[in-house]
Amino acid sequence: MKLLDRFLAGDRTALSRVITLLENDRDRRSAILDVLYPRTGKARRIGITGPPGSGKSTLTDRLTARLLQRGRTVGIIAVDPTSPFTGGALLGDRLRMQGSWDDPRVFMRSQADRSHTGGLSEATPYAMTALDAFGKDVIIVETVGVGQSTLDVSDVSDTTVVLLTPESGDSIQAMKAGLMEIADVLVVNKSDREGADRFASELKMIVDMGRWEEGWKPPVLSASARDDTGIDGVYEHLDAHVDYLAGEGRLQARRLRQGRSAIEKALGELWRGRLTVLRDAEDAMDRLAERVACGELSPLAAAREMMEEMVD
Amino acid sequence: MAENIRVLVAKPGLDGHDRGAKVVAAALRDAGMEVIYTGLRQTPEMIVEAAVQEDVDVVALSILSGAHMTIFPRVMELLRERGIHHMLLTGGGIIPKSDAEELAEIGVGKLFGPGTSTRDIIAYIHEEVGRRRVADEI
Repeated sequence: MKLLDRFLAGDRTALSRVITLLENDRDRRSAILDVLYPRTGKARRIGITGPPGSGKSTLTDRLTARLLQRGRTVGIIAVDPTSPFTGGALLGDRLRMQGSWDDPRVFMRSQADRSHTGGLSEATPYAMTALDAFGKDVIIVETVGVGQSTLDVSDVSDTTVVLLTPESGDSIQAMKAGLMEIADVLVVNKSDREGADRFASELKMIVDMGRWEEGWKPPVLSASARDDTGIDGVYEHLDAHVDYLAGEGRLQARRLRQGRSAIEKALGELWRGRLTVLRDAEDAMDRLAERVACGELSPLAAAREMMEEMVD
Repeated sequence: MAENIRVLVAKPGLDGHDRGAKVVAAALRDAGMEVIYTGLRQTPEMIVEAAVQEDVDVVALSILSGAHMTIFPRVMELLRERGIHHMLLTGGGIIPKSDAEELAEIGVGKLFGPGTSTRDIIAYIHEEVGRRRVADEI
């Protein structure tokens, strides 16, 4: 049986292979997505983001357990950074996600971001498409440990959870722009630590000052994922956000906005792909780089020259 | 040379000595591979489930407890049950030559003992993965 037939028959090994091809095989990516995409749109997508070490994997593990208790199937993508120097990556999110390893309703995949900026891998949305088409009820995406401007997760999630710890306190001002703005739910994790309460109330103040969509102000919740406390509260607010999105075409509006952004990204991907197949691209790049380096040509003008060559 | 090589590094059994596994994981990462590290106390079932979901090219096990004659055959058996034949099952630890030969007969790859240079492991993985990768018909 061919790979996609096995995938559609519910073969988990085939699902895993399909994700690999979507990651590696630029030539066949599009053909695979043509088959999968019409089968998507049913899954609920939850994004989990926050600084390194804030507890994203542990929270994912805890939420997964609750989703399973309620009879949902779960797909998880966890992204870790690739070294820009060696291309290698150490993917350690599985370490903290072993609560449900033997439940066949869960499928968890680690992804290296392959130096894609934005907190996800270029292929993360494609892997989500595969999980959705495979029939997972809920997809959880865990980003790399992020700072202020790695916000891609909000382009692929219905609900974005921003996870912070009491130690994130000093960076709150910076987080007002960026991370804070994509949060649908804010969680102060490691709430047993000193200063957690004060941090949570400061966060609430910032949320109160912010401008939010009509009808939904991001709740600030305290939890300890390690001790499994406060997680039920997080879960309830995630459900409440689903109800909120269900009203007045909000989910549809969000997905339209995300569709636009996905097309823009795909355009960039096509251009870059074009660049790699262009026979003389490397030579042209070298020639132009020389002129840019000696100040003869601006990078923008060089890019325009490349682009004209690519269109021909 | 095969690109984007994915390796699962796991530590089965109950002993807590994961230094070797960590050193190897870091060396493979620095050699440009994507290393999925699952940590201590992994059962063969957990290892194979992770290998399937992560679609790795290589499963590398560190076994110091003497349980290698149970664990390697069991992991191999579970992989075969799932219809997986292309993955390289390899590893390291204190493993007598005669045991390694016996394991090689059921398809287990080279096993590396103390004092092995990580360069040898990296070269071996490159060679094996290049040979084993299969092209899927979609």
